[in-house]
Order: sequence, then structure tokens, then C-alpha cells
Amino acid sequence: MSQVQTAPRTIVDRQKAVIWLRQMHLIRRFEERAAFLYQNQKIGGFCHLYNGQEACAVGSIGMLRDDDYLITAYRDHGHALARGMDPKPAMAELLGKSTGCSGGKGGSMHFFQAERGFLGGHAIVGSHIPLATGVAFANKYRGGDQVCLCYFGDGAINQGSFHEALNMAGMWKLPAIYYVENNMISMGTQLERSSAVLDLTVRGGEPYNMPSARVDANDVEQVAEVTQRAINRARAGEGPTFIEAITYRFRGHSMSDPQKYRTKEDMDKAKLRDPITLWENRLLQRGWIDESSLEQMREEIRDQVEAAIEFAENSPEPGPEDLYTNITVAPYTPQESD
Amino acid sequence: MPILAYRDALNQAMLEEMERDDNVYLMGEEVAEYNGAYKVSQGLWEKFGSRRVIDTPISEGGFSGIGIGSAMVGLRPIIEFMTFSFSLVAIDQILNNAANMRYMSGGQFSVPIVFRGSSGMAGCLAATHSHRLESIYAHFPGLTVVMPATAADAKGLLKSAIRSDDPVIFIEHENLYGEKGEVPEGDHLTPIGKANVVRAGSDVTMLTYSRSLITTLAAAEQLAGEGVSAEVIDLRTLRPLDMDTILASVLKTHRCVIIEENWPYCGIGAGVADRIYQQVFDELDAPIRRVTAKDAPIPYNRKLEASMLPTVERIVAKVNDVLYRKA
Repeated sequence: MSQVQTAPRTIVDRQKAVIWLRQMHLIRRFEERAAFLYQNQKIGGFCHLYNGQEACAVGSIGMLRDDDYLITAYRDHGHALARGMDPKPAMAELLGKSTGCSGGKGGSMHFFQAERGFLGGHAIVGSHIPLATGVAFANKYRGGDQVCLCYFGDGAINQGSFHEALNMAGMWKLPAIYYVENNMISMGTQLERSSAVLDLTVRGGEPYNMPSARVDANDVEQVAEVTQRAINRARAGEGPTFIEAITYRFRGHSMSDPQKYRTKEDMDKAKLRDPITLWENRLLQRGWIDESSLEQMREEIRDQVEAAIEFAENSPEPGPEDLYTNITVAPYTPQESD
Repeated sequence: MPILAYRDALNQAMLEEMERDDNVYLMGEEVAEYNGAYKVSQGLWEKFGSRRVIDTPISEGGFSGIGIGSAMVGLRPIIEFMTFSFSLVAIDQILNNAANMRYMSGGQFSVPIVFRGSSGMAGCLAATHSHRLESIYAHFPGLTVVMPATAADAKGLLKSAIRSDDPVIFIEHENLYGEKGEVPEGDHLTPIGKANVVRAGSDVTMLTYSRSLITTLAAAEQLAGEGVSAEVIDLRTLRPLDMDTILASVLKTHRCVIIEENWPYCGIGAGVADRIYQQVFDELDAPIRRVTAKDAPIPYNRKLEASMLPTVERIVAKVNDVLYRKA
């Protein structure tokens, strides 16, 4: 049964609301500086930025307990920072340093932080959805009430792994919350060229015996509200929820994307509903922040991200001996001939 | 010592480990109410119930991933593939997720999981159901690959695999399930990474594993009757390979034949031979010879299928080659 969210309600207090704004600004600033570093060839490989989608991670992860879990796809910087990862190890990972959140072996697409229940960024589309289901399975197996949040893009719902995992989650009533962050474009393929139906709530909800909901993911408070309902349901043993979060990414699929599949007008229109501006304005209206505290926040975040870059730049690279570390728990013998 | 079938030895290993550790569970197609397609899980559902012995839909990728996810947070799943041929549907989960997780998370998440099930040419199963995929899995850093040939090792290696903190590919052979042998009672653990000198000899080293151990021992017996002393080594673990045992034997015999039931090109024997050549080439008195499956898809026809496999005749011919001996 899909439900459409319309009216935002106040579900966070002032302190949490301001933390969320700070997190969204941190993600935006982090990504902008990452783009700069990528262009300056400090960051290699593929780098997928989260600009424009900040409210989705912040509003949903903000409702988790410390002992809950989350897992996401390769556009993972935002989720890691929303879960409270220090930008220093995040930036160091982008620069491939040993102080990075994955020891310099994961890179942009493979952030991890075990101590915060962050089970990673995963770069094969849809491949982590069964993993999330397994984490939820383990929670239920142990009789705990922790939940697992799982994020993926609109491209991932066309993978078999998505349907296999949701079928078992629905059948076994596992405490998982599946978030499709629908930014309308799977790399360069618009939704209407990849999905037979445009209402994604019908692809992941009812077919697998779980409720689904659509939410305007430019509105952090609406995201939080729909997430809270799903969390309550999961903790109560009532099973998973499928959420379609309508969002828009402000940058290319990855840093190497010329974005010929959309127009400047599309982008200008989307930016009128920038999730950070919307949230800022709402907090100003509520009198929870003022212009001067906002300016101070932006300045602190700029300093924080610059400090992260400095930390990353000054951190050591992994040494040649690290090539063979952390492959197996048992002592590792390379199967080399000489 | 009790005599058990290979199938029952596997069953005993799972039973004992599930009794020992509540984190161990069994998941797969028909493992619970049906008692397993090959009856390896006979009685486990009745004993442990649906929480720990779990039937799945036909979704190998999905339930393999569920196993991996649960292992990342501390459970110890045993994932059964009805046959390893079906693991091809789940290969992204195994290779990208299970094998890589510890490395790409900088050591934060390990995956203590066992993927087990039958394999091999077992009688008219044809091309899609007869695969031997050990060389594919052994190719990947992060995986452990184990293939027991005897009932004792079926139990001992499976118990070790379940206790391993790393992902283990545990490949059984459909035609071995009924093979009987002595199996030590109680906490019998066969170490991972250790080959077994099954028959000592001095003229030639014969390396093999899984079902072809039976054929290899028959060939060694025939050779003994002809005055040739063959040393037969069951590799047991294919990754990591027990090079110490292999090299000690080759340094003694100076001749080596490798027998396997998978395809020759990029097969296990190719990799093993390379490692021997690189390390002790000067000690060899003849080029290493290999007896493998024929390089064709696996046919349905019974006679054609049989022609694919190593036989005593093919093995003896290669031994004669390395001994420069005429039959």
C-alpha cells in the first residue's frame, strides 16, 4: 500500500534539527572539496558525489540508534558522514592513505566504519541488498531489535539481487528498511528508459508483502518521519518497509560524466528545491537558527573540511607490506610461484 | 573407529558444530523439510528447527548474500548449494563480497562462512549440472578452497571450515556421498592447508584431490605390482596449497604427475605445476605430466562422459612418461 507524504510535521527538537543542518552542510562541503581534489588528480578511480541528496541520508540515519546498522551503494560519502564518521578518515580514504576509513584499500566507493555499524559502500549495483537482508536476518536470529537501513539507487531495482532479497525479507519479516534513492537517472539512463513502471513503490512493496511509501527526500523532516514509522515497525517484529525517496543529484553520475542527458533548465529547476536551503529556511522560520549562527556554522564546516584535507595530505600511504594484510583472518600465504 | 559414509560424516560435522555454537546455522534449497537433495542434512531440521535450518526459495545469489551479511555481524552460516554448478548464479556474492570484504574494509569486517555442496560428473547430468569450479574459486585471494576425498576428511575439514574466520569454498563430490571410511569420533578436526600423504613411495609423486584420489590409488596399486613405488598425496586444501608437503615429496621422487577432474587449461594442476617448476625445476628428472578432464563441455551420453575422466590407464601412461618407462 503506497502512501504519499505531503505535510511535514515537526518531529525533531531544535538541537537535533541544527545537527542535521550541520551534517548536510558538511556533506555538501566535503563533496565540493572532493570534486576539487579529484580534478587536481589527488583522488583516483571513480568518485560519485552526493550533492543534492543530503536530506535522504541525514533524515533517515538520524533516526537510528547507535546499535543499528546501515549499508549503502558506491555513492557513500554522505551516508558515512551522516552516521558520524569524522571527515578526516573519510578524506584520507579518498586520497588512498593508510589513515583512511578503509585503510586506503577501499577508496571512494568502499567506505566502512564497523564501530558505527556502517557496513560499507558497495560498488556492484544491487549486490549489497542481500547483505543488508542478512544483517537483518542476524538481528532477528539473535532476538535483538536492531534494524538495518539499506540504500540503493533507482538503477539497482532492476537487479535480480534486489528482488531475491526483498522476497526473503518479506517472507521472513526481517527488520530491514529498503531505501531507493530515486534521483531519476541511472547513470545516464532516465527512469522511463529503465523501469516499466515509474511508481517504484509498486516494485518493492506489495509484491513482497511489505508496506511501501514515497517521500519527498528534499525534505529532511519528511524523510525522518517515514523512516521512524519503518523503524518502529521493524523493531516490533512486523517486518521490512520499502521507501521510495524522490531526490535529485546536482552533479554527474561520477566525476567523469558530461551530463548530456539533462538540460541546464532541469538543473536550475531542481536547485530551487535544494534540500539544504529548504531546511535552513524552515529553521529560520522556526527561530531555531539565525543568520549569524548560520554563518558561523558554515565557517566551522569550512575549517573542518580543510583540516580533513590537511590530515589526509599529511597522512602516510600504505606501505608495500600492506598489500598482503587483511586478506584473511588466518595467516595469509600469497599463492605465488616464486 | 566407526565406519561412516562421506554423507553421514558431513552430517555429523554440521550436527556437532551446531550443537557447539548457536551462531552456526544451515541455509539453502531443500536443506530443512526435505532433508537435503543429497540427504547431507538428514535430521538437522528435526533437531534444530526452522530458526537454524532454513529452506530458501531458488535464489542462490540472494541467500548467499544473506549468509555473507549475517557473517559480517558475527553469525557463522553454512550455505548449501544443491550443486556447485548453481553457485555460478551467486558468483558475484562469493567473489565480490565474501572474498573481498575483509580487504576492502581495511580489516573491519570478516566473513566466517562456508559455501558447501556437491559437484562433478556424476552420471548423465550433462553440461550445466556437472561443473568442477575449484580452479575459479582458488584463483581468488580471500577465499579458502577445500575438497575432501574421504569420509574422515569430510568430517574433519568441514568442522575446521565452520570454525574458520574466513570464507571457505567446500566442494564435495556427488559420487563420494556413499563412500565409506573410518571416521574418528568426537572433535575430529582436519587442519586446513595441510595435504595428506595417503600412500608413501619413492619413484614418483602423484598429486590429486577429491574423487580422483580413488582412481589414483588404484593406479598406484597397479604400478606397485609392476615394481614402481608411487607416493600419492591428497591435496585436500587447494587454497592455500601445502607446498611444503608437495616439495618434500618431489625432492624425494624427482618426478610428478598431477591428476584432477577439472579442465586442463588454467586448471588446478596448471597452477600447482608452475609453483613446482619455479621452485625446484633443477630437481625434476622429467617434465611434470597432468591427467585432467578432457577439454570439452560435459556430455550427457554415459560413455562420452566416462571418457572425460582420468582413468587408471591414463594415469599409468603419464607415470610411465615421467619415468621414461615403456608399459
